[in-house]
Amino acid sequence: MRVGLFVTCVNDLLFPRTGRAVVSVLEHVGVKVEFPLDQTCCGQMHGNSGYRKKAGGLLDRFGEVFAGYEAVVVPSGSCVAFLRERHPHVYELSEFLIDVLGVEDVGGVFPHRVTYHPTCHGMRMLGLGDKPVRLLAAVGGIELLPLPGAAECCGFGGTFALKNAGVSAAMLADKCAAIRGSGADYVAMADNSCLTHIGGGLTRTGGPRAVHYAEILAGRP
Amino acid sequence: MSQAEAFPKAAEGKLADTRLRATLRGATHTIRDRRTAVVAEVGDWEDLRELGRTVKEEALADLGSLLARFEERATAAGATVHWARDAAEACRIVADLITVTEVVKVKSMATQEIGLNEALAARGVHAVETDLAELIVQLADDKPSHLLVPAIHYNRSQIRDLFDASIAAGVDDDPAALAEAARLHLRERFLTASVGVSGANFAIAETGSLVVVESEGNGRMCLTLPDTLISVVGIEKIVPRFADLGVFLRLLPRSSTGERMNPYTSIWTGVTPGDGPQAVHIVLVDNGRTRVLRDPVGRQALHCIRCSACLNVCPVYERVGGHAYGHTYSGPIGAILAPQLTGGHRSLPFASTLCGACYEVCPVKINIPEVLVHLREPPPAEQPVMGAVSAVLSRPRWYRAGLRLARWFAAMAPARRLPWPLSRWTAVRDLPRPEQETFRDWWTRTHGRT
Ligand code: SF4
Repeated sequence: MRVGLFVTCVNDLLFPRTGRAVVSVLEHVGVKVEFPLDQTCCGQMHGNSGYRKKAGGLLDRFGEVFAGYEAVVVPSGSCVAFLRERHPHVYELSEFLIDVLGVEDVGGVFPHRVTYHPTCHGMRMLGLGDKPVRLLAAVGGIELLPLPGAAECCGFGGTFALKNAGVSAAMLADKCAAIRGSGADYVAMADNSCLTHIGGGLTRTGGPRAVHYAEILAGRP
Repeated sequence: MSQAEAFPKAAEGKLADTRLRATLRGATHTIRDRRTAVVAEVGDWEDLRELGRTVKEEALADLGSLLARFEERATAAGATVHWARDAAEACRIVADLITVTEVVKVKSMATQEIGLNEALAARGVHAVETDLAELIVQLADDKPSHLLVPAIHYNRSQIRDLFDASIAAGVDDDPAALAEAARLHLRERFLTASVGVSGANFAIAETGSLVVVESEGNGRMCLTLPDTLISVVGIEKIVPRFADLGVFLRLLPRSSTGERMNPYTSIWTGVTPGDGPQAVHIVLVDNGRTRVLRDPVGRQALHCIRCSACLNVCPVYERVGGHAYGHTYSGPIGAILAPQLTGGHRSLPFASTLCGACYEVCPVKINIPEVLVHLREPPPAEQPVMGAVSAVLSRPRWYRAGLRLARWFAAMAPARRLPWPLSRWTAVRDLPRPEQETFRDWWTRTHGRT
């Protein structure tokens, strides 16, 4: 099976460590992954902001770049949700590991207290369910803690954070308070766009560190 | 103020009102939790939702002939059916039917939408709202802020003060005492009113019947005591068959009040001689609905049965309340219905993070996020920037150059204070610091140029 990695533009620029973690996890379970260098962005931001034509162009581009692959792994729930209808061979990392490969224990070690925030697109549009949590639960030394009000949106919403900055900030404050209240040292999620927002809020006000769950799966002793 | 800024501006004001925030949070979470519990009891809930969606879709696909059948059956049963193109026409029809100076009203979104109370007042007719929460709003000379709980933005002590100053001097803030005060105030109106005005939850084409679903019994009084009953009904309230109620009467109460069954369901078909109103009028209102019908994506907004579940789970509604939406219909459904009905309210489709909580609970499966995105029209000021970004993202070489530029910017920019409009970001969040190299640089360094 030829497996491609679509790292996403956000991760390419701001969170290369997430991409490195995905590569490490995949290679650890024996998958030889490729990274086509012509990849850019899936078009989600344009699509969700009312630029239907431009988003369509980027969706087409994605199809061309990843035409030769049987599976494309993406460490972002919202990008997969946006891509899936047009490109059914894209998988969020946890879907690929559990549904395609059938593995839950990827050999990670991470001796810390962790809570998980299920980001909305991953949870509701993709239906990831507890897949990321199952992967986390198999990590050595981890202590998973529940997050109060986990299903509530963090208030990011792409350009919503700028267009409706006040409401976004109010939602962020509540989410950060819940994360702090969980007693965890780390909050994990499956989407670094929400993480930019939540993580930025947490470093501003103090609290657990926000990480993509792939980085926890890739934890080595 | 530009249209694009209408919602964010109104929201700012509401966000600053900490009492409102607390009241809304408490109320929405209470109904939300109750709904979750009673929905979980229904094993075939998802099938029921799908059935609800299908019936509504079927009704809209055949709306013209179903309306004609409804008119025929209702007329045969002794009702008089009127047709209104828009709000003004609907108000005129209703006002022309009224020769008294006071009417009693059942809570109705359609009459709010067309501004009936104001239109009647202009003709010297006082419309008494008889739903407790609607009465509160009316006494306060305010507007409803929720489809189902119009006074959701009031807390108990505010209601006490209001009653004390209007209908029940000296009342205390015990809910039972407040309800009793309203009951005493209304009882007299019920017994003397000769005209009742209502909306309807469903209009059944097969039988020409109207259906009102309610909890307080005030509706039953308004629908049965007066001699004349005038019902204002949006044309999308049509369902084909009487048996369809079997679906909707299960979906609606659990979704709206979180009750297994609502206390009062009134169904009437024209006039029953010697029993109830002897003059029954039905005003079928378009007011933008046929325009909505023309949009193959947007038309699903007309499936709405006004249960308000989407409002109660909406994280945006929870923080700003209904008034910020600037239309009778607020929350997620308002954000897709108001722009379509009016052609205005362009900021509302952006008043959502697309979190999807509304779609998840909607009893007739309206894909609200899909319609929100469909209705988004980018403001002109932003278009050049987004156009340039998409040009960069479409060309790998430009993209690589763009990454370098963005990395440089992110490394140089102060993490905590960016210039406008990015200041909106850094007001409450830090900017992430870029790492030593982009992912693709790391990849080519470690894996080569595959
Ligand atoms: S859109 Fe759906 S959830 Fe919202 S009020 Fe209408 S029927 Fe209820």
